[in-house]
Amino acid sequence: MNAPVKSPIWIDVGAVTDIPRRGARRVTSPRGDIAIFRTGDGEVFALMDACPHKGGPLSQGIVHGRAVACPLHNWSIDLASGEPMGADKGKGCTPVVPLEVRDGRLLLSLATAVV
Amino acid sequence: MSKAQVRERLVVIGNGMAGCRAVEEVLKRDPDRYDIAIFGAEPRVNYNRIMLSPVLAGEKTFADIVINDEAWYADNAITLYAGRAVTGVDLEGRKVVAEGGLEVAYDKLILATGSDPFRLPLPGIDLAGVVTFRDLDDVEAMVAASGKPGAKAVVIGGGLLGLEAAYGLARRGMAATVVHLMDVLMERQLDESAGFLLREALAERGVETVMGAHSEEIVGVDGQVTGLKLKDGRVLPCDLLVMAVGIKPNAGLAKAAGLNVNRGVVVDDAMRTSDPAVFAVGECAEHRGNCYGLVAPIWDMCRSLAQSMTDGEGAYEGSVLSTRLKVSGVDVFSAGKFAGGEGCEDIVFRDAGRGVYKRVVIEDGKLVGSVLFGDATDGNWYFDLMRAGTQVSDIRDTLIFGQAITEGLSGLDPNAAVAAMPDTQEICGCNGVCKGSIVSAITTQGLTTLDDVKAVTKASASCGSCTPLVEQVLKLTLGDDFKAQVGPKPMCKCTHHPHSAVREAILDMDLKSMPAVMQAMEWTTPDGCSSCRPALNYYLLCAWPAEYRDDKQSRYINERVHANIQKDGTYSVVPRMWGGMTTPDELRAIADVADKFAIPAVKVTGGQRIDLLGVKKDDLPAVWADLNAAGMVSGHAYAKGLRTVKTCVGSDWCRFGTQDSTGLGIRLEKFLWGSWAPAKVKLAVSGCPRNCAEATCKDFGVVCVDSGYEIHIGGAAGLHIQGTKVLTHVASEDETVWVIAAAMQLYREEGWYLERVYKWMARVGLESIQAKVTDPETRKALYDRFVFSQRFARIDPWAERVAGRHNEEFTPMSRRMEFAPA
Repeated sequence: MNAPVKSPIWIDVGAVTDIPRRGARRVTSPRGDIAIFRTGDGEVFALMDACPHKGGPLSQGIVHGRAVACPLHNWSIDLASGEPMGADKGKGCTPVVPLEVRDGRLLLSLATAVV
Repeated sequence: MSKAQVRERLVVIGNGMAGCRAVEEVLKRDPDRYDIAIFGAEPRVNYNRIMLSPVLAGEKTFADIVINDEAWYADNAITLYAGRAVTGVDLEGRKVVAEGGLEVAYDKLILATGSDPFRLPLPGIDLAGVVTFRDLDDVEAMVAASGKPGAKAVVIGGGLLGLEAAYGLARRGMAATVVHLMDVLMERQLDESAGFLLREALAERGVETVMGAHSEEIVGVDGQVTGLKLKDGRVLPCDLLVMAVGIKPNAGLAKAAGLNVNRGVVVDDAMRTSDPAVFAVGECAEHRGNCYGLVAPIWDMCRSLAQSMTDGEGAYEGSVLSTRLKVSGVDVFSAGKFAGGEGCEDIVFRDAGRGVYKRVVIEDGKLVGSVLFGDATDGNWYFDLMRAGTQVSDIRDTLIFGQAITEGLSGLDPNAAVAAMPDTQEICGCNGVCKGSIVSAITTQGLTTLDDVKAVTKASASCGSCTPLVEQVLKLTLGDDFKAQVGPKPMCKCTHHPHSAVREAILDMDLKSMPAVMQAMEWTTPDGCSSCRPALNYYLLCAWPAEYRDDKQSRYINERVHANIQKDGTYSVVPRMWGGMTTPDELRAIADVADKFAIPAVKVTGGQRIDLLGVKKDDLPAVWADLNAAGMVSGHAYAKGLRTVKTCVGSDWCRFGTQDSTGLGIRLEKFLWGSWAPAKVKLAVSGCPRNCAEATCKDFGVVCVDSGYEIHIGGAAGLHIQGTKVLTHVASEDETVWVIAAAMQLYREEGWYLERVYKWMARVGLESIQAKVTDPETRKALYDRFVFSQRFARIDPWAERVAGRHNEEFTPMSRRMEFAPA
């Protein structure tokens, strides 16, 4: 039996400019907090708000380049892939949350967020 | 029968760059095919609109920028209807109707109607003195306005056109100010680093910039503009207001005629519109969803169009864009995905001496974007590599240095490449040192280290970017005698400079912002990392307490939210208890807060105060509000700065107490609190040598004795256990405060970020610290600088946040996801 194909439902959670450059904001969800990051170059990324190491809230870390340093133990997490970088590469991965930007608005989807 | 009668009739609407270039391309392919008529709304021949900026700046005249003079029209038998606006197109009857009822029939029609400047719908838009920057009439209006002595101009829009307008007006002697909605100039072409450099370069050229500025109203008197009012209430006075906020395709005629129009006139790859006899090119056209406002795509479109109109089929596939800013002496180039993106890799090069910033972006081994500031020589080369999709993995190491160096060294490993260099090859561009001079200096003067070479030849002494090359030369020349140099450790991987060099540069070169430091010290990343950014933020704060604005995004979370993050993401809150003293009221307030917010743990700390553990982030401001109401302020238990001053009860109660240690502790804490430092700073004051306050393992300690006060420094009782050293002995409480404040300031100024007092002391030596804080003049200067800095630091961060500062930090951006289907 084929599972019904769900098209993602996009939910407007705010404006890109609600997030400071090199900063992050949290969005609460039934599956746990989601962190949305905005880099110095103005790109935005969404990850579940938990470091693969000890679950630290990534939204509270320092955003640098296209990475965030976890506030608990300073692991660097790649914002695009959710994977730890450098020495901690390969040690788990934070789920990426589908994010779209339309007309300066941030749209998140949970339908396919966590497998 | 004359030849003309067998020719097809081609009508072009638009005598601008696109229309004329289209005609030129057609003539090039088949000069005899068409009878050509061109309609132009401006009463003049075709000119290079891009060059209006230099005309405005007075660097060129109109005659210089004419592309096709009257002779061109005559030689090619083109009928020019200059100043005749077209009022309609009859697709059915294949004719164009112009002002005054003139009708011209066509077999083929080209729409090259360009674009109109976008005008913000602000109140006051119709005042005299409000202009756009689009054609020669605008330029003439601006030049006329600049003639008035002392005239001021405001330009809305910090994009390419707005900046060129402002620069031109400044050249004409006007005080020009650009207001820009975004926080980066030309943000569609530049990243933050390049945008910062551009602001500086413009300021040097008399153009001020106001960022993040929302325009609200154009104000005027007697119908003449007098200023621009911003949303924040500021009014920027001006006699001329230039609106340069973008363009919109001029597709009205096409729409009225019934052609398919979206944002622009929709065309296919052959540049054909929905009517096969009608074509469109340039800024009025929309191709595959894109409308272009730059010249290169227009040339591409015109080639494709001409192909289609001379029995071929044009195949325009869209254009990759590049931009150059035309401001004299400011080289700016941008192309492609200059800001990178997912899966991209940055290579950054800075040369502070020459004011150069270069960034190239690589994706899947190919160059996909580039921003160049200060030296855009290689812009075209990068652009060619981008458009050709060339694999650049092999030349990655030298790519950023440009075409000359890369092609000079291609295919060789670095060693072989340097070996193969001729003696005349320049190695150090800053100081003009070639390979031969370095080699001969090494051999004739017996140089063995990089520093030697630097000192003797000046190679790599300026920007340092050729350091690896100089090292290679050294290695090749010395062979086995070469030893890699071990210098001071760089701050982090973003720079080759150590902490002290950066701190010195901040003061010596008046660097007052993070982008300024990163440029001057040639950071190799666009915006630093989580290690150097907090350090730079502190160094700047320490150097310029009155001017520097703390960068919240460069603060570690604890300092950003003024609480300590715990393993589960909750926070701990520690209110200040001055000198470890508290009152029943304070204790009651703490108990009430713990109950009210269901705070799971309350603990007494080692620093004589109370820690509330497990506070939810969203509750922090409310917790602080209640503590504030009971008179308590932040204890900075999270800060790289003053933490606690521990005391014993001293002469007030203790039978052994020699001085009022509690009072002195409170006095010190009230004086020093709020100050930021390279790392945490803990103090203690003991009332007698029995030392119950454990002052001899603190960063700064005071041990009271009968004859006065023994001041201690450099203790530690954490990762390392270390007793203090005696800094000095003084007779009075006042002197104690002076010495400790001076020593604190010295540490603030000399310490490296994250370097505790004991490590700083080990590095600079106790004697050096003693000499400075005991010399009355030096001590006074240090003390005064500390007092000055405290004017801006002794502010309770909790109260500020209770009052609403950084509200967004403590509330989720959205809770809407709660309603998402699971």
